Amino acid sequence: MSGNSTKIYVFKVFERIWHWSQAALIIFLLLTGFEIHGAYANFGFKTAVIYHTTAAWTLVGLWVFAIFWHLTTGEWRQYIPTLQKVDAMIKYYLTGIFTNAPHPFRATRLRKHNPLQRLAYLAVMLAIGPLIWFTGWFYLFYGSWADWGMDKYLSLEWVAFFHTVAAFMMLVFLIAHLYLTTAGHTPTSHIKAMITGWEEVDAEEPAAPAK
Amino acid sequence: MREKHTRGALLGLLAGALALTVHLSWSANDPAPAPAAAPAKAAEGGKAAPQPGSVQLRAARTTADHSKFKELQQDFKSGPEVTKACLSCHTEAAKQVHKTKHWTWEFLNPDNGQKLGKKHVINNFCTAVPSNYAFCTACHVGYGWKDANYDFKSETNVDCLVCHDTTGDYKKLPGLAGHPAYKQMEFPPKSGRQVPAVDLQEVAQKVGATSRATCGACHFLGGGGDAVKHGDLDTSLKNPKRYLDVHMDANGLNFSCGTCHATKGHNIPGSRYTPTGKDDGGTHMRGKVDESNPATCQSCHGGKPHKGKQNGMITDKLNEHTEKIACQTCHIPQYARGNKPTKMSWDWSTAGKLKDGKPFTVKDSAGHESYATIKGNFTYESDVVPDYMWLNGKVKYTLLGDPVNPNGVTEINHYYGSAEDGKSRIWPVKIFRGKQPYDLETKSLLVPHTAAEYGVKDDAAFWQNFKWDAALKAGAEAAGQPFGGKFDFVKTEMTWPITHMVAPKEDALTCTQCHSRSGRLQKVEGIYMPGRDGKPWLDWIGWLAALGTLAGVIFHGGLRIYLANRKAG
Repeated sequence: MSGNSTKIYVFKVFERIWHWSQAALIIFLLLTGFEIHGAYANFGFKTAVIYHTTAAWTLVGLWVFAIFWHLTTGEWRQYIPTLQKVDAMIKYYLTGIFTNAPHPFRATRLRKHNPLQRLAYLAVMLAIGPLIWFTGWFYLFYGSWADWGMDKYLSLEWVAFFHTVAAFMMLVFLIAHLYLTTAGHTPTSHIKAMITGWEEVDAEEPAAPAK
Repeated sequence: MREKHTRGALLGLLAGALALTVHLSWSANDPAPAPAAAPAKAAEGGKAAPQPGSVQLRAARTTADHSKFKELQQDFKSGPEVTKACLSCHTEAAKQVHKTKHWTWEFLNPDNGQKLGKKHVINNFCTAVPSNYAFCTACHVGYGWKDANYDFKSETNVDCLVCHDTTGDYKKLPGLAGHPAYKQMEFPPKSGRQVPAVDLQEVAQKVGATSRATCGACHFLGGGGDAVKHGDLDTSLKNPKRYLDVHMDANGLNFSCGTCHATKGHNIPGSRYTPTGKDDGGTHMRGKVDESNPATCQSCHGGKPHKGKQNGMITDKLNEHTEKIACQTCHIPQYARGNKPTKMSWDWSTAGKLKDGKPFTVKDSAGHESYATIKGNFTYESDVVPDYMWLNGKVKYTLLGDPVNPNGVTEINHYYGSAEDGKSRIWPVKIFRGKQPYDLETKSLLVPHTAAEYGVKDDAAFWQNFKWDAALKAGAEAAGQPFGGKFDFVKTEMTWPITHMVAPKEDALTCTQCHSRSGRLQKVEGIYMPGRDGKPWLDWIGWLAALGTLAGVIFHGGLRIYLANRKAG
């Protein structure tokens, strides 16, 4: 590939552990969740429920750690949305990537996500995440609705509906995300970075894309 | 296994020696109806297992040996004579029986004022009692009810023995108006088979507590034969194994009917006329006055019956299910599980065909009557998966004079219930389908006069002459209904809640049997069930979005690879 590349350390150990365990849990939750939804049969309903619930609580625990880590390290700033260069990113994915044009975004330790990533991950964390957690929470504690006095305001049908909506959104995200990992400096540079922490990037700031 | 049996037999002998007066039938193979077998005989069975304390206690509880009572040492000529002797000590017994449905065959439903009970209800089996008294009252706890003018005040007409017999020899024969055979007689009439005279003295001296066999003498044979009517009650429950009924298991808990239908003053609780759809009352406690139904599962097991060994998450989830699901729904996976097929349908409209001028029967491949001139066509099924419905305990019957639905199906009884009323649970039921006569003018069900008194020639009785006109006319007269002479047959359905034949927990339904697209509760409405329900349009949109994304990235990636290759090439 192009010789003018360099490597920078982007993802710290915690981030990598967080990412991969979260990835495994989400895929597992999708598998068990769609079985509970009746889309297919694999583990059997009871086992699927046990696995799904266990994985969900594990993911909750992981998120508690992740939130704590992001707040204490200031890494939460990585997700502050920006529209800067979003157009350049979109253009890159639509054209530049096919012509081997330089990547419009150069990751650094302080800006590890490109603007589209920022938006996408923020959407996952602020839209899909809460939707899935809140509906999942009510789903799990269905038996306690009456004790909480909430059985008049909630219906399992709609709780399940929005839980499923969020699951489909997560599935769509997963597919797009998996593919876009190949859209870095080289097809494997993003994946390598997520494993080793070191990301291969262009040596120089990319030229502004031609208008 | 062999070692287990030997040890069991030894324990059995030991227990027998200790409890000298205990009369128990421990052999599951013993064909005799549940009752008395001397301890030595119990060991012969070779299958005696260690008995739970409750079983020994119950058998050892009695303090009276009725064979020692002078009152019973006489040559009884009839049932009422025995009753007279019983009442000389049990002074209040007949008065108590007089107040029960078992005696009056009448029940006023407090919910809607309907007059129910065998005297009034028309079902879609043998249909109705009026005009057929002498036959039907073989299952009346009394003697001599052969027409509408029966003396319900008579104390000596109460039949003590039918419920308290322990010999299995006391049998009331249809046609004798509630009497057993006092002398040897041919039964059924013209069958060539002989029924011996009952030894009343012997039976009277061996009376005891009611048993599965005594209750079953009627309730196992309802609808005209073994297993016909209920589906969850048949003679396989006389000595059931554990898999058939975990409570009545003859080698285990060995419950009698009365263990759950805990009776005070002869008034037996637990009735299909006013069933308990949802019991939130918790367990019954000694010393605490509790008039709620003692025959519900909850009256012993409480509202959160599932306990720990398995995954705690699942235990909690199962206990939440009790809010909406009757215990029976999961714990009675099928009914008619004892190798006795139950009748599922009965078409009276084909009855009366003759072959060479004579009545005949046709048997199905399993050897069961699929046609009989006297009754019409039947179907049977074993190990039947129940239907399921919301049930809150309210019932309405289609009674004499109530309109039927000639173009559709008429419900003999309608069970109310819904997901919303907070009083219902989802229950398993047997739905029995029939086709039976109704009056084309009044649009009311009709009462056919089918059976005559034993030995009486009766031209109007359908089972003697196979003439509907005469049978329906006589039936209507006895029932006090107008009948213009025009009739047809209407489709009917009768619903029977399933509550017996409770399987061991390992045989309960698995989650997937309901939580799937085409599971058992497929037709039950008003509730969201994960795995069964959802919004198909959401699934369409969701999967299309996922597939669209997949197609997009495949296209995008393919283009990248293609262009890279072209460049390289």
